[in-house]
Amino acid sequence: MKRYSFLELAKNAFSAHQNWGRQWRAPEPKAEYDVVIVGAGGHGLATAYYLAKEHGIRNIAVLEKGWLGGGNTGRNTTIVRSNYLWEESAALYNHAIGLWQNLSQELNYNVMYSARGVMMLAHTVHDVQVAQRHIHANRLAGVQNEWLTPEQAKEYCPPLNISKNIRYPVMGAALQRVGGTARHDGVAWGYARGADDLGVDIIQNCAVTGIRRSADGAVEGVETAKGFIKAKKVGVVAAGHTSVVMDMAGVRLPLESFPLQALVSEPVKPAFPCVVMSNTIHAYISQSDKGELVIGAGTDQFVSYAQAGGIHITNHTIDAICELFPHFRRMRMLRNWGGIVDTTPDRSPILSKTPVQGLYVNCGWGTGGFKATPGSGHVFAHTIAKDEPHPINAPFTIERFRTGRLIDEAAAAAVAH
Amino acid sequence: MLLIYCPYCDVERAETEFHCGGEAHIARPSDPSQTSEEEWVEFLYMRSNTKGVAAERWRHIHGCGRFFNAVRDTVSDKFLKFYKAGETMPDLEKISKEAGK
Amino acid sequence: MSQPFRTEKGGRIDRNEQLTFTFDGEQMQGHKGDTLASALLANGVHLVGRSFKYHRPRGIISSGSEEPNALVGIYRNGDQTPNLRATQVELYQGLEAISQNRFPSLGFDIGAINDLMSPLFPAGFYYKTFMWPKSFWDRVYEPVIRAAAGLGKPPKKPDHDFYGNLYAHCDVLVAGSGPSGLAAALAAAETGAKVILCDEQAEFGGSLLSENSASVDGKEPADWVAVTLARLGAMDNVTLLPRTTAFGYFAHNYVALAERITDHIANPDPKLPRERLWQVRAKEVVIAAGAIERPLVFPENDRPGILLADAGRTYLNRYGVKVGHKVLVATASDSAWQAAFDMADHGVEVAAIVDLRETPPKNLMAIAEARGIRVEAGCVVTGTLGRKRVKAALLGRLMTSGQVASGGQVECDALLMSGGWTPTVSLYSQSRGKVVWDGDKGAFVPGKSVQHERSTGASKGLYGLQATLEDGYAAGENAAKAATGKSAKIAYSTATGGEASNGGTLGALPHDRNASRVKAFVDYQNDVTAKDVKLAVREGMHSIEHIKRYTTTGMATDQGRLSNMNALKIASGALDRPLTDVGLTTFRQPFTPTTFGLFAGVSRGDFFDPVRKTPSHDWVVENGGVFEDVGQWKRTWYFPKNGEDMHAAVARECKIARESVGLFDASTLGKIEVVGPDAAEFLERMYTNPWKKLATGRCRYGLLLNDAGFITDDGVIGRLAEGRFHVTTTTGGAPSVFARMEDYLQTEWPDLDVWITSTTEQYAVAAVQGPKAREVIAPFIEGIDLSAENLPHMSVREGTFCGVPCRLFRISFTGELGFEINVSRRHGKMMWETLAKEIEKHSGTAYGTETMHVLRAEKGYIIVGQDTDGTVTPQDAGMTWAIGKKKLDFVGKRGLERPDLKADGRPQFVGLLTTDPKVKLEEGAQVTVAENPATGTSAEGHVTSSYYSPALDRTIALAMVKNGQALEGKTLYVPMPEGSIPVEVTGTVFYDKEGARINV
Repeated sequence: MKRYSFLELAKNAFSAHQNWGRQWRAPEPKAEYDVVIVGAGGHGLATAYYLAKEHGIRNIAVLEKGWLGGGNTGRNTTIVRSNYLWEESAALYNHAIGLWQNLSQELNYNVMYSARGVMMLAHTVHDVQVAQRHIHANRLAGVQNEWLTPEQAKEYCPPLNISKNIRYPVMGAALQRVGGTARHDGVAWGYARGADDLGVDIIQNCAVTGIRRSADGAVEGVETAKGFIKAKKVGVVAAGHTSVVMDMAGVRLPLESFPLQALVSEPVKPAFPCVVMSNTIHAYISQSDKGELVIGAGTDQFVSYAQAGGIHITNHTIDAICELFPHFRRMRMLRNWGGIVDTTPDRSPILSKTPVQGLYVNCGWGTGGFKATPGSGHVFAHTIAKDEPHPINAPFTIERFRTGRLIDEAAAAAVAH
Repeated sequence: MLLIYCPYCDVERAETEFHCGGEAHIARPSDPSQTSEEEWVEFLYMRSNTKGVAAERWRHIHGCGRFFNAVRDTVSDKFLKFYKAGETMPDLEKISKEAGK
Repeated sequence: MSQPFRTEKGGRIDRNEQLTFTFDGEQMQGHKGDTLASALLANGVHLVGRSFKYHRPRGIISSGSEEPNALVGIYRNGDQTPNLRATQVELYQGLEAISQNRFPSLGFDIGAINDLMSPLFPAGFYYKTFMWPKSFWDRVYEPVIRAAAGLGKPPKKPDHDFYGNLYAHCDVLVAGSGPSGLAAALAAAETGAKVILCDEQAEFGGSLLSENSASVDGKEPADWVAVTLARLGAMDNVTLLPRTTAFGYFAHNYVALAERITDHIANPDPKLPRERLWQVRAKEVVIAAGAIERPLVFPENDRPGILLADAGRTYLNRYGVKVGHKVLVATASDSAWQAAFDMADHGVEVAAIVDLRETPPKNLMAIAEARGIRVEAGCVVTGTLGRKRVKAALLGRLMTSGQVASGGQVECDALLMSGGWTPTVSLYSQSRGKVVWDGDKGAFVPGKSVQHERSTGASKGLYGLQATLEDGYAAGENAAKAATGKSAKIAYSTATGGEASNGGTLGALPHDRNASRVKAFVDYQNDVTAKDVKLAVREGMHSIEHIKRYTTTGMATDQGRLSNMNALKIASGALDRPLTDVGLTTFRQPFTPTTFGLFAGVSRGDFFDPVRKTPSHDWVVENGGVFEDVGQWKRTWYFPKNGEDMHAAVARECKIARESVGLFDASTLGKIEVVGPDAAEFLERMYTNPWKKLATGRCRYGLLLNDAGFITDDGVIGRLAEGRFHVTTTTGGAPSVFARMEDYLQTEWPDLDVWITSTTEQYAVAAVQGPKAREVIAPFIEGIDLSAENLPHMSVREGTFCGVPCRLFRISFTGELGFEINVSRRHGKMMWETLAKEIEKHSGTAYGTETMHVLRAEKGYIIVGQDTDGTVTPQDAGMTWAIGKKKLDFVGKRGLERPDLKADGRPQFVGLLTTDPKVKLEEGAQVTVAENPATGTSAEGHVTSSYYSPALDRTIALAMVKNGQALEGKTLYVPMPEGSIPVEVTGTVFYDKEGARINV
């Protein structure tokens, strides 16, 4: 692999960039692999990369029904943070943060991880209590998170409206300075290039149509658009389509796939320095390096694979954005799109072995999987290679729904009283 | 913003009048104490999450308040059938075929 | 001379009305009917902006909403709107426009150095560099990149304008008002169908407004438009919406339109919204979005003065503006020839018509010859000269070998180009239809209809005036028939002239220049060149989506409407695969950029979310109470007196309530009336507690779980009669509890004869709490014996309060003697004011939620959602007493049997007392065994509630702590940044442990 650097860029400028090699190959599938990963999103590619790099397994294929990075990886609002409440979650996401901080250098691909800070707003007394609980729990767990008064929040994010006269005034915010954004495509491509360099075959336009199991129930391989591919182990990392793929192996999961929308404005000069999220009034926003305001909307209420949601969801999101940032009212929406998010009952992912020998699943990231990409791939690779979970993902089983040992991030922020 | 038919009110109304209740025909076991762990987790959490034609529950919250069921293609979001709660689950394969799926 | 490029006559502008405007501070004149673009061109201004990456000088290229270059900022009354297309901005007196993405000025832009450095900045260069040193990305590189990127300046102040919202239904929605759209609207309307016709432009008519070489029914096309509009306008069943863009096509034929109402008016009525969102549920949609012309991809095809041929023609015929005095026309299709002819007819010198085709149509050649226009067939433009405006073009002759031979240089001050036409399939694509490749037309056209829509005319690749008219009529008739079942035959207008344009090309044109040195732009705004697309392919980006994302082609504010097809062709060539294999990127809504304010509409301030007020609201305002938001409710938080802070006010309120009496508005609590022979059985199944033996007139605390076994809600339930219960819920839980009850009742237990009704809004509730509570309410209550014997704690009776019916609960959330009086909501204010006055006689006080929280915490009562969080079982909360032991089933019972819910080591509800009684713990603080736990230590639990207790004159706290109930008396720690706080684990009841005060 030719290393990327400014020098290399300058050198290539003299040859009119005619000599850049492929970032990844377009191989035909071999008859057999040690590991087949289903789904070439960020998580799947990262899994393959770490399998090859850290576990010495080089005979790997990543199968993708479309184009790599084309699912939720290329459709999310690129937020990175780790200030989750439960120690299990915080450990998982913080593991990812650790990897994010070095990822551009590790992959020799600029993923543009930008620790510009993620600020989560509190609008009610209950919000404040929940935020404080997170901050205290995070401090003990060694996860960065701090409380800001409304004035401090405004100082950190000048466009924020902290007037007392809005419907839900800002009562403060939890700030994770190490949180921020990263370039989603860069992450997928960086891992793809890195994995490819280690010998991983990334096979695009190759939908998996079946999972073949032997008489004793273990995985034998996958049926695909390009024929049967034998595999000792199969890791399914298919996001919104996980239920569909796992159904091929007869494994039922506690998942529902909902449409999730996001949108960007037209690009403007720097207007927004950080990431702001508000769970109470349902909005999250940042500004991309290109200048677009990147805004996340909510999910529709019904299962759908259409990658499109209703306009009332968008309306509601922009209501909230304009309430918090009233001068963005004259900005204009450039593009709106949808993804399919696979959601578990406790809003935490499943990163686990399955009842089927040799079959592993990484799913259920709901609306927040991007931030975990490196960590998820890293521990999932461990799980596949060792046939046992890494300590960090050990709690994220399918089994927890049976035993009741949930990791319920949503419940912890539940509103009642 | 889907357009939904309420079989009780006999009207088509915008989605914002309705609440989706998820997958239909998941009955709560009549005697939960007799269910195994597997049966209970199946009832509580396991969902088909069908890509294609599936039956789901809706409630006309800002109308008659009644629950009813609908068959919808989760790829196109087209509704293929509406029916009242308590009616038996229609033959989804047949509906699929009729819809040219 | 003012407006040196204005024609002597002609066009649709109002020459009698002259308007003054400024561009970058320079004053200029235009006319009513001009766009900013046409007015600038009339003044000879082509340079209007700088490109995104290389800061190259850029001019107006189109005349419509597809404009990628001419983006300006408009300033008005302190409001500032970036990135508006000059081609869409209608001129008004005093308009103030500013060019963008340049510093210090449009003419001299420092950023233009990027153009010289461009060899270093190929597609995706940023993925390959800026990685060293590591800390420099977000500190150094990114800020520089961010400052350089972006187009216009963001608005700096809150928007003064407001926005409207309308919902509409119609039989047929027609999007686009060119010949096919107008015909469709007319045909549909004549059947009686309800029709909405919208068009993004200020005037209806589309291409007909700039067509002067054809006629319809013997009339000038624009006159036919006027006649047709008069007909449509006279019909009650037709709504005409100019300046209205159909920008989003959603599921189930739901189409969103953006209507621009005041932006074109110099002094708009302040009562008018700036824009209005129309959300239209159309039975049928006719997409008549037309087609747009493609640029030619040749080196230096981006200089100011280079325009699409049809735009040149539109400026000439519609706006009376000549784009130059000496115009070169470069084309691969017929339509541009007409532009050349029109130019010549207006006295513009046509330097040459350069046609890619070896043998252009003979009839066109003949007309050119008649006008003395030089024609170069089999010839392409291979470059241009001129920095801020094109001044000459290089020609290249196509050889049979595929090579290009130099064809000399032609001077010109404008260059019109046409690569043929691309049908506008955006709306069709948004309707989730799949476009198909039409090889004959060299275009993607709509495939099968997925929703109730049909495309007509140029938007489906059908050209020629007569054909599009006919197709439009048919589309309108068929749409109306499909929507209403009705049809009507109307006389079709017939057109002469306006023949279909043949020819066209895709991708980059061949040239004889040094390929590595020249830039042939594919995507103007994002500065993507043919080289970039090829580089992406070379680097392994084989999907068009990868190419798009890597090069950013098609991701500019025109969403690739000018660039997509050329990029696709170049990629297809580089990949050596058929174009259809490479795929087309998805068209997303909105069709053109759409104002945020439009989506937010009236939803701002109090309209952002409904405000729910309790009956005491006005009284609280008058008495200086402070509110907190709880869900949509405004609840009184506390009542500061004489400048008290919250702490002092709450301490006073608590003290008075315990010593005398307090008044609290409990109206926000959810209330559900459960009625019917099976009411008790129903509650038996829903709640953990037993209900069947509860006597009429008595109350019980009810605990509600979900079927997973976790606490979700609680509240007191009173039995009013054998088959009638008054259920209360938490404030936030009211809607969800009711919904869940309905769910179980309707779908799991339809056999139960029970009716449930939400009565939250029906009752106003006043809680009177404290030793004097009975005395306070006694004067007003009739029909109820208030004595402790007749009305013990946890009782309910019906009677009257000041003569109006009431439900009187003797219950307490404070540990004091307490009553909650429910009266009809309309009497709530009367009740509150009566009681507020009465408590004064007893030196009582009104109190808010904070005092309520303190009083209940002193008694160890949980608040669901604060002390519990959705992961807590009744056992965890120390409430096994609330579980009916003999019950076979209730919601959550089976869930509680799951292994982890019965496991040892679960957090349990306990009290915590700090060693130092003055130290108040922070809610949410973690509890540990170790005094100074190492980072990463698992917490034993967390503080759920923490207050200063006036009754105990010390702080108290409630917490969830692992195995906490067994740790009573033990010392644990609450580690804080300032040091660890030792705490003693206690029971949860801090005050009046025997409960004597409640039973008086």
